[in-house]
Amino acid sequence: MILSLSKDTVQVLKETDVVFLRNRVKEVAVKIKMGLVNQTRLLTAASELVRNMMRYANGGVCMIEVVSSGRMNGVRLTFSDSGPGIPDIAAAMRDGFSTGRSLGLGLPGTKRLVNEFDIKSKVGEGTVVTILKWANG
Amino acid sequence: MDKIPILRMGAFLLVTIQVDLYDRLALNLEADLVQMVNKTNAKGVLIDISAVSIVDSFMGRIIGNIASMSKILDAETVVVGMQPAVAITLIELGLPLKGVHTALDMEKGMNLLRSMIDVDDENEDLESEENDFITE
Amino acid sequence: MTLNTHTLLQKKKKTILELWMKNQLADEGLREDLISNEELRSQSEELITALVGNLSGDNFSNLESDEWSPVIEILGGIAITRARQGFSPRETGNFVFSLKDAILDVLQQEITNDPATLFVESQKVNKLMDSLSVVTFETFIKGREEVILRQTDEITEISTPVIRVWEGILALPIIGTLDSARTQIVMENLLQEIVETGSSIAILDISGVPAVDSLVAQHLIKTVSATRLMGAECIISGIRPEIAQTVVHLGIDLSNIITKATLASALAYSFKVMRLEVKKVTVTKL
Repeated sequence: MILSLSKDTVQVLKETDVVFLRNRVKEVAVKIKMGLVNQTRLLTAASELVRNMMRYANGGVCMIEVVSSGRMNGVRLTFSDSGPGIPDIAAAMRDGFSTGRSLGLGLPGTKRLVNEFDIKSKVGEGTVVTILKWANG
Repeated sequence: MDKIPILRMGAFLLVTIQVDLYDRLALNLEADLVQMVNKTNAKGVLIDISAVSIVDSFMGRIIGNIASMSKILDAETVVVGMQPAVAITLIELGLPLKGVHTALDMEKGMNLLRSMIDVDDENEDLESEENDFITE
Repeated sequence: MTLNTHTLLQKKKKTILELWMKNQLADEGLREDLISNEELRSQSEELITALVGNLSGDNFSNLESDEWSPVIEILGGIAITRARQGFSPRETGNFVFSLKDAILDVLQQEITNDPATLFVESQKVNKLMDSLSVVTFETFIKGREEVILRQTDEITEISTPVIRVWEGILALPIIGTLDSARTQIVMENLLQEIVETGSSIAILDISGVPAVDSLVAQHLIKTVSATRLMGAECIISGIRPEIAQTVVHLGIDLSNIITKATLASALAYSFKVMRLEVKKVTVTKL
């Protein structure tokens, strides 16, 4: 069972908010003694997702949580936006897929960087992406 | 608007990225660098990212772009000092930065650039000798 | 007048402790090598004080109630320390069981003329002490698991030494099975060492790896790619013929990776790349 130990939300609306969000996530990751490589994976994943949120939905909200399960601690990030949504999630999760002008590896690449990855989307309502990285996983 | 300074050293351009890049800064760097390559007729570009703790797909793309654009303008790009954590993350993300040369530090990067350009020069010399031979 | 077991036990605390200590010291399994008699006594005293102090008429059978948490904490602490010190489960269990015997003995001495009450009260004590034994075992096992986990961490740490074979050349002999977690550590150690030593060539020697499946191969490819991104070259050496066979049968593409059969040939290749030459010196006698 995964318990949430602390919660914090960050609004992401403009480009400089991205840097602020990254710093907040880094602070939390350092606090639970996450190793440097895992920190980098988590921050890069967060960076990818926040970029998607800015590009397709003009921003959104990110919830930062410290979670624990047994002897493991981790960071869970939930990105919610009220953008156009993703019509075909299965296609979006394939390597090389992109609708925007990007490299098209945002989602599958991000999934490889974290321990848990969940995406829910409704066309016309928005998208919620949740990722979880354990401190030593 | 913030700018990342580009230094000129002989036939090379040096860029040291000391801050975590946000998008506008990175795009400016791309534009400035390509301008500089063209203006100074530089043969090589060295980008030091040893102080960069995160490279996501966007920044990976900017680095790739700089390399491809410089290549068209006849300059080689070497990225130096990538942190181990950044390298691991880029590979897992699926971004091997194809077409970009890499080196451990500035000095090794400089040597790599020199060796690449030397090879090119030798080739040119050979060509010119051949040309001479033909004209004789 | 109905007899209150908890007040009785509180009153008789000293007697129980003495009896319990006598039981423990008389036990053949007493581990004087692991714990001194004084320490044992203070542990026992602490536990029994907490136990009788928190007893009340109605919490006998309900170990969930908050009043028991200090007792469980003390007992847990004792069980964990014993697990780390290397006590056997039986020895740890006897610690609690001998307390039960002591309490039952006291009850028997006090309630002399009413067998029915004695039975009821003994049942209660039995139940309580059994629950406490379960707690002890649970915590004991948890303590042992922690020991195992710590040892696993230690093994992974010591099993990946990075060796500087030459100025600018690193070697990393991998011995044992490569799984995801281990490859991560190997990769991180290697890359970190490359930065620290400024080495431009790293040799991963897999002669000690019993088998290479597609997952291991993937990890190796990842390590090589990450090394290249940092500006160094990674050579994989020590590939035994049967591993070459499996790699090809599995359809794994290693063509982008420099592979050598032995560490020696990898080293020879590295020298060539670095434009170094190893020469035999002819000694001329004077």
